[in-house]
Amino acid sequence: MSNVVSLDSIFGLGELAPPATMPAVPDTASGCSSSSCGSSDGPADMDPAVWEKVKNHPCYSEEAHHYFARMHVAVAPACNIQCNYCNRKYDCSNESRPGVVSEKLTPDQAIKKILAVAQEIPQLSVIGIAGPGDSLAAAGKNTFATFEMLQKKAPDLKLCLSTNGLALPDHVDTIAQYNIDHVTITINMVDPEVGARIYPWIFYKHKRWTGLDAAKILHEQQMLGLEMLTSRGILVKVNSVMIPGVNDEHLLEVNKAVKSRGAFLHNIMPLISDPAHGTYFGLNGQRGPSAQELKVVQDACEGGAKLMRHCRQCRADAVGLLGEDRGDEFTADRIETMGVVEYDDEARRTYREHVEAERAGRNASKAAAQADVRETVGFTVDPILIAVATKGGERINEHFGHAKEFQIYEVGPSGAKFVGHRRVDQYCEGGSGDVDTLDGVLAAINDCTAVFVAKIGGCPSKSLAEAGIEPVDRFAFDYIEESALAYFKDYAERLGQGVVQSRAGQDAVIRTGALTARRA
Amino acid sequence: MAYKIKSAECTVCGACEAECPNIAISLKKGTYVIDPAKCTECQGQFDSPQCAAVCPADCCVPA
Repeated sequence: MSNVVSLDSIFGLGELAPPATMPAVPDTASGCSSSSCGSSDGPADMDPAVWEKVKNHPCYSEEAHHYFARMHVAVAPACNIQCNYCNRKYDCSNESRPGVVSEKLTPDQAIKKILAVAQEIPQLSVIGIAGPGDSLAAAGKNTFATFEMLQKKAPDLKLCLSTNGLALPDHVDTIAQYNIDHVTITINMVDPEVGARIYPWIFYKHKRWTGLDAAKILHEQQMLGLEMLTSRGILVKVNSVMIPGVNDEHLLEVNKAVKSRGAFLHNIMPLISDPAHGTYFGLNGQRGPSAQELKVVQDACEGGAKLMRHCRQCRADAVGLLGEDRGDEFTADRIETMGVVEYDDEARRTYREHVEAERAGRNASKAAAQADVRETVGFTVDPILIAVATKGGERINEHFGHAKEFQIYEVGPSGAKFVGHRRVDQYCEGGSGDVDTLDGVLAAINDCTAVFVAKIGGCPSKSLAEAGIEPVDRFAFDYIEESALAYFKDYAERLGQGVVQSRAGQDAVIRTGALTARRA
Repeated sequence: MAYKIKSAECTVCGACEAECPNIAISLKKGTYVIDPAKCTECQGQFDSPQCAAVCPADCCVPA
């Protein structure tokens, strides 16, 4: 475990050092400092015990998501509610969205798979059960059987689960018993009138309920479960699906309601909607939000429950760092042929020590870069968005053509902060670029002023410049935030000279279809 | 008097197996089946057949 010194040196940019005694309750902190809102914070506005829980959890800490990997095991196919955005009948191995899996596992198979993955991916820190149905439906039998075995075999891995909350109050004691530190509840509404447009039915107390009755029961169970968990000190993340015209503005109410009940994080995700998915929303033309529509709602919720913006809406059998999925390297067939896997936590321990050391070194350089911007630019220039091609480690270390997503940073006088990501089809496959794919990339990052890459070819470079997005490779392999601040300083100067123009008011497209491109 | 599972529409999620009060549902060769000898259609036990009420694919139907 890390010592106090290394923890103290990881504060988020621009935040004050904590008092010698930290506040016992995280809610007593100021909530959202200008530079590192949401989950991007270090321990500065967090109880040390909470920071200890989240610092290596990619889904609960934005910083950790650059370094640590998660794995979902699909042991819970049964569900107890129907959502209008969900349909688990069809599987496509290229699709990335919740509820989708390629193969279901028994608890025994899941353990074997986890041990095999843990040996090959030292970044692995978290095992989650996120369905593909509801992890607590069917009495949560498979979920708890898996966690019971895992706790014995690999005690260093954190356990988490995700649920719609309907059966949650019945299982809070069991969750506490298995040391499950992190629970995610999907809460899309706090008003049954809104809920009735999202949930056609629920199965509760041996009966199928519909309409307002269903939404009311679900809402009450969700709020009760949330309160029960937080009163026991279990960290709760709330996921909300933003459905334009249904619950978009309502999510501010949801944010307030979950904050007041002690939720640690609020993750507002865009609706994934496509007729090909066969969902009610997909088939009935309900659209998802644009990138800026999503950002407006997320920004409006800042100051309430902390926001999470790095969610990748991954599959219920995803494996790897957020933004990558190595699930198809670990199919049941392959696991079977591996034989007995010896469990050894040496590689993971070494990796975690490396991350602690790296985190400690970052604080000073971020603070220096920000002070420089404040001094030279002041607060006269509006923040800009920058798209970054990265493979992780908080560095600009991916080729433009190989990027399957871009991380989006907002940078300005208050600092650089991660505000989201945009999934794209890989532009360059087998050495040559594809023009249609390039158009998709341009649409996905159209609200950005620049794109940071480790390397980029002449053609895409020209197209980006024509679209008003500056391709930047001079920061190749450097840290993202420091580079973004250096770029912003330069941008502010050029803006003053009239050499560049502001891209304020531009919007971008959130990509929701199946990922068909594969790394060459 | 029994229910059956339309296997072509079944997603093999197992929700029905967990709800059946008669332990009449089991996984056979990769698909769930209802043993008609054990199925009571939940009469006298619940308001409606539990398998049909919970099934996300609505594929539990009268045999």
